[in-house]
Amino acid sequence: MKEEIIISGFGGQGVLSMGKILAYSALLENKEVSWMPAYGPEQRGGTANVTVIISDELISSPILNSFDTAIILNQQSMDKFEPKIKPGGVLLYDPHGITRAPVRKDIRIHTVDATEIASDMDNSKAFNMIVLGAYLKVLPIVQLKSILEGLRKTLPARHHKLIPMNEQALQAGMDRVK
Amino acid sequence: MKGIHLMKGNEAIAHAAIRCGCDGYFGYPITPQSEILETLMEEKPWESTGMVCLQAESEVAAINMVFGGASCGKKVMTSSSSPGVSLKQEGVSYLCGADLPCLIVNIMRGGPGLGTIQPSQSDYFQSTKGGGHGDYHLIVLAPNSVQEMADFVGLGFDLSFKYRIPALILSDGVIGQMMEKLRLPAFKPRATEEEIARDCPWALSGRTGMRPQNIISSLELDPAIMEKRNLERHERYRKVEATEVRYDTFMCDDAEFLIVAFGCAARICQKSVELLREQGIKAGLLRPITLWPFPKKAIEGYCRQVRSILTVELNSGQMVEDVRLAVDGKVPVGHYGRMGGIVPTPEEIVEALKKNS
Repeated sequence: MKEEIIISGFGGQGVLSMGKILAYSALLENKEVSWMPAYGPEQRGGTANVTVIISDELISSPILNSFDTAIILNQQSMDKFEPKIKPGGVLLYDPHGITRAPVRKDIRIHTVDATEIASDMDNSKAFNMIVLGAYLKVLPIVQLKSILEGLRKTLPARHHKLIPMNEQALQAGMDRVK
Repeated sequence: MKGIHLMKGNEAIAHAAIRCGCDGYFGYPITPQSEILETLMEEKPWESTGMVCLQAESEVAAINMVFGGASCGKKVMTSSSSPGVSLKQEGVSYLCGADLPCLIVNIMRGGPGLGTIQPSQSDYFQSTKGGGHGDYHLIVLAPNSVQEMADFVGLGFDLSFKYRIPALILSDGVIGQMMEKLRLPAFKPRATEEEIARDCPWALSGRTGMRPQNIISSLELDPAIMEKRNLERHERYRKVEATEVRYDTFMCDDAEFLIVAFGCAARICQKSVELLREQGIKAGLLRPITLWPFPKKAIEGYCRQVRSILTVELNSGQMVEDVRLAVDGKVPVGHYGRMGGIVPTPEEIVEALKKNS
């Protein structure tokens, strides 16, 4: 098993932390993982992306040019990464803020309106966990209980009270992905 | 799972420093290595092991604090990224001239000048040929994973103290910023004053027992003595070249085409080798782990087997010169490089190898 994922959107959407929680959960399931951010003078509103690789075997390059899955959260990322999904791969995107729908016919395309769900939940910070939930519904690459365990391990203890809200967000994403 | 962590290469260096009995870290922030200093400040090792962590007023101050600590036989280190490491070069030359052990970390970014904050390997010449003045070498270790970032901290200190030569971890923005799983090294206490006095008889440890006076200096005005000091140092360099060469190979046994790459470029090339093998092309990868001493003999050994060699570097062609010296014209040696913070893709290297062969 090997899953090569790009998560890309605006800085501030929680792209990097989503990737980190996913990588950490895979590590809890004894997988090999790598997490490579596009680092730079990033800021809220700028672009941010992270490449996450989850594999049964040792990972060679942490930097890739084609992906099994692209999780796309803004138009620039759609333009940049839609062509880089492997045939038969998965594109998951939030239609909110996407002005040009994807054109590929040789990939599986799913949507989750995480912006709307987050607003229904009255919690914009739940956005990335909604998207992660949607992804896990499409590709159950790690178990939900590992994600929750990952959250417990990566969040400082003072934020543990937020875990039920995160669980709710993951579940909402799973329920409402199309 | 127990003892397995997920962290950035930079964070791994900080944790490994605390665990290997490091006495002091002196640094100044610069992207892409600021997490080293940040992690140390978060971990507050001065409360646990007594390790000193100081943000100096500049890179120049930091390397001279290292000179001071090292003179006392302490395990001290500094870290920076390319422009900051250039600032340290005078201090590095003085450390070598005074035969002091220490650890320097360079998480390379593109240059020259302030350049870019994106990854690069363009400080190979500076690191292996001497970035400061004078006839000297550093022991240069090039990690290619977060695990090696951690492991080479202890290794660097050990080699540095064994030979009284500063050790340099030469890494880059990719390995510094990426997260992978790793096992942190076992905890080792800091050396006591008694242990330092016993193991480092050259150190300024207080003149107890009226031993002869120790003088730490790189200055010597008598040419005969100065030449002798240089010759003695070069004897140690020869010993390091004979015993401390480290490298790794991947699919080299039946390789017809050899790629030579270090650090993050080696990780990417490993994927290129996998892709080439899928296409029926017998490629292999040799990864120098020590850039100085350079694995000349190992590379030369493949001349009887391979049809051509390609070096892949994030620069305009630096290590390729050492590969050509090792090969001495026996097989063609090509170079593929990207600059300015551009990291090549595995597919790009596949095409470059096909063109080179």
